[in-house]
Amino acid sequence: MAEEDGVRRRDFINVAAVSAAGVAGIGVVIPLVSQMSASADVLAASTTEVDYSSVQPGQAIKAIFRKQPVFIRNLTQAEIDAANKVDISTLRDPQTLAERTKPGKENWLITMGVCTHLGCVPLGAGEGEPRGEFGGYFCPCHGSSYDTAARIRKGPAPLNLQVPDYAFTSDTVVTIG
Amino acid sequence: MSFPWAKEYTPAHPFMKWMDERLPIPRLVYNAVGGGYEVPRNLNYFWNFGFLAGLCLVIQIVTGIVMAMHYAANSAVAFDTIEMTVRDVNWGWLMRYAHANGASAFFVVIYVHIFRGFYFGSYKAPREMVWLLGVVIFLLMMATAFMGYVLPWGQMSFWGAKVITGLFSAIPLVGEPLQQWLLGGFAPDNAALNRFFSLHYLLPFVILGVVILHIWALHIPGSSNPTGVEVKSESDTVPFYPYYVAKDGWAIGVFAILYCAFVFFAPNYFGHPDNYIPANPMSTPAHIVPEWYFWPFYAILRAFTQNFFFIPAKLMGVLAMFGAILVWFFLPWLDKSPIRSASYRPVYKAFFVVLCLDMLVLFYCGGAEAKEPYVMISQIAAMYYFAHFLIILPIVSAIEKPKPLPYSITEAVLGKDDAARLEPSA
Amino acid sequence: MARILSILVGLFFTVALLWSFGNGFYTWAIDPAAETAEEVFHKHPEAHHFSFDGPFGTFDHQQLQRGFQVYQQVCAACHALKHVAFRDLAQLGYNDAEVKAIAAQFQVPKYDAATGEVTTNPGAPTDYFPPVAYAGQGSPPDLSLVVKARHGGAQYVRSLLTGYTDQPAALLKEFPDSKTPDGLYYNPYFANLNLAMPPPLVDDAVTYSDGTPATTAQEATDVAAFLAWAAEPTMDKRKQTGWPILGFLLFATILGYMSYRNIWANKKH
Repeated sequence: MAEEDGVRRRDFINVAAVSAAGVAGIGVVIPLVSQMSASADVLAASTTEVDYSSVQPGQAIKAIFRKQPVFIRNLTQAEIDAANKVDISTLRDPQTLAERTKPGKENWLITMGVCTHLGCVPLGAGEGEPRGEFGGYFCPCHGSSYDTAARIRKGPAPLNLQVPDYAFTSDTVVTIG
Repeated sequence: MSFPWAKEYTPAHPFMKWMDERLPIPRLVYNAVGGGYEVPRNLNYFWNFGFLAGLCLVIQIVTGIVMAMHYAANSAVAFDTIEMTVRDVNWGWLMRYAHANGASAFFVVIYVHIFRGFYFGSYKAPREMVWLLGVVIFLLMMATAFMGYVLPWGQMSFWGAKVITGLFSAIPLVGEPLQQWLLGGFAPDNAALNRFFSLHYLLPFVILGVVILHIWALHIPGSSNPTGVEVKSESDTVPFYPYYVAKDGWAIGVFAILYCAFVFFAPNYFGHPDNYIPANPMSTPAHIVPEWYFWPFYAILRAFTQNFFFIPAKLMGVLAMFGAILVWFFLPWLDKSPIRSASYRPVYKAFFVVLCLDMLVLFYCGGAEAKEPYVMISQIAAMYYFAHFLIILPIVSAIEKPKPLPYSITEAVLGKDDAARLEPSA
Repeated sequence: MARILSILVGLFFTVALLWSFGNGFYTWAIDPAAETAEEVFHKHPEAHHFSFDGPFGTFDHQQLQRGFQVYQQVCAACHALKHVAFRDLAQLGYNDAEVKAIAAQFQVPKYDAATGEVTTNPGAPTDYFPPVAYAGQGSPPDLSLVVKARHGGAQYVRSLLTGYTDQPAALLKEFPDSKTPDGLYYNPYFANLNLAMPPPLVDDAVTYSDGTPATTAQEATDVAAFLAWAAEPTMDKRKQTGWPILGFLLFATILGYMSYRNIWANKKH
């Protein structure tokens, strides 16, 4: 009996030592994995200030926010009406134009220029680019079409173009982020 | 080859059996570091350093791959990317310090490993190939460490690159073009930095390959042991697993404590302040020294201050510095004594002790400023270094009268070996 | 044969070394290199215990804020701090609004690749301390890594800032050629004794917001501490991470040793 206890205690020490080595191994893996996530300078990504005063109705510009394109579009009255005419309940990602713009500035549509399907940059913000059959943006990669409120209307993308946080800091400058 | 009493791998699980018949990796591991590898039972703690060296290589490769993820080999931003890694990347400071101190740890371990070989005659037949591959590994390590030190593009990086490539300019006729070819320019810049980065990433994997050959070559005759007496019977050995796994395991713990003590509490101890100053091609630091692990060889380089007949001092220094390592390749044939272990060679043992002290002096002089009396001391120390390997060893091994060897490892450990009585007395 | 060859090679190197040694010894004996003024009068940094010294030491945030005040109001006129971002100052204990306000006090140039123009705007927390244009003699080094880049670290910075004196009479007597040149200032803690930076600190060069009397020594100590932080903002984290890891390793190593003794228990070796 005493012999058996002795054996068990000795086994326990070996098991404990191997377990400690296992814990150490896991401890080593944590920083090795964590180092690949976004670093402090990237996370502190700055806000972007854009002068939008030169954008005429019907035009759009591209700005860069967090290393990605942002579309700033000055909608014409016709485009606003077209967007408001749509029955929300028929949309894949139901949102009104008003929900996607700031009050009093409904003609300023500011969205990420990143297709919600697989991340291509949709066409339609640049001069002379096709805007797709709904007059908003058209993603050439897999054929997603967005309307004049940048809502997904046709094609594989699941969501509307994302609206980033932004605020109009003056009559000419919008701060994104 | 293995000893006839070594256990054979027997797959327990049907899957392992299936695997064994197709790709016998488990068998390979079992025979290399498992129950199938029979090891002399009397190894002392100096024999742990081979395993630790392997661990250091793994640490360097893993942390190095991480560092490379955040580094840019461009002379305009290289310094800044390292700082950014240390300051902003998650655990970046740990990766950087682990990698920098890992290099030092690797060399500490490897120097002990090499001097273990000197003392116990590990280079002697039938292990010459193990030794030769080991020297190749050491040379590759030095090249890798040198190029790695250039990458942060600090003052020491830059001037190190300039001075070390300058060594090649000592070679007659082709020297100058050779240096320019190595650097890809007249002085270290983008071209040099990029190729050093490329090679610094490549060489560790070459080292890994040679390490595998080194271990392969070791496993043909099996490990040496402190008596230097060949393994004779089953009672002389124990299987690697569990015996030496347990011993290496706790040695790793001791190593890890010392290593972490430096990484977390004195991470810049082995470094040089000047390498925190960005590279400046217009101004050389007042006192340039390589990393500590090059100091003995740097001391030998600087010891040659006079032209020797028609050979310029600069070329002599370079020849001697490379010669100081290359001489190790010839060690198995310089030391012809059939006795391996210095424990049974009183005269060699005395000279070994002098060699150790001599190395310490060379370490000190290599790190000191290039002025008297350090230069004179390093000249005397370098004289002994060459005399030891090229003059003393061949003579001592011819005339020395060794002490009686134990009959076997078992006898050395237990005081008696039953098998000894069966042997006819000579 | 091989033995004779190796002895010949050995003699080649040892005789060449002996030749070098003999020449060196002769020169040294006949005409030893004279000591230079730097060798005789250079002083090692004065010992000072900082709160962050030693394995348990941590930064004193109050002191870092004072040191930053000295940097901003005195050093920043000539010395940049390019590896530090304003957002890093949050580690000194400033809140977001304070960091924003500090950043806005600095003018940060931005290069517009499209127009090729450089515009200068008040800094944002994500910006780094801007470069400093210096018109005078010499080139003031960037200070973000100065504590790591000098032997003696923070003690050196502190000693240098408080170490300005007149040249000792003994120095001029022993080395008449070593008079401090015009436009340089004598400081025994500086490697070659004379540096281009005039004494930057005087009593009450700043008014500390926490009411600490701003003596020259206090300012030097505080700014040295701040620069130690700037050189390694992760130091506190490094030490705090180190202790539990060392503790665990000690525990695991003891277990490993017991396991080793246990496995070898019946094997004499």
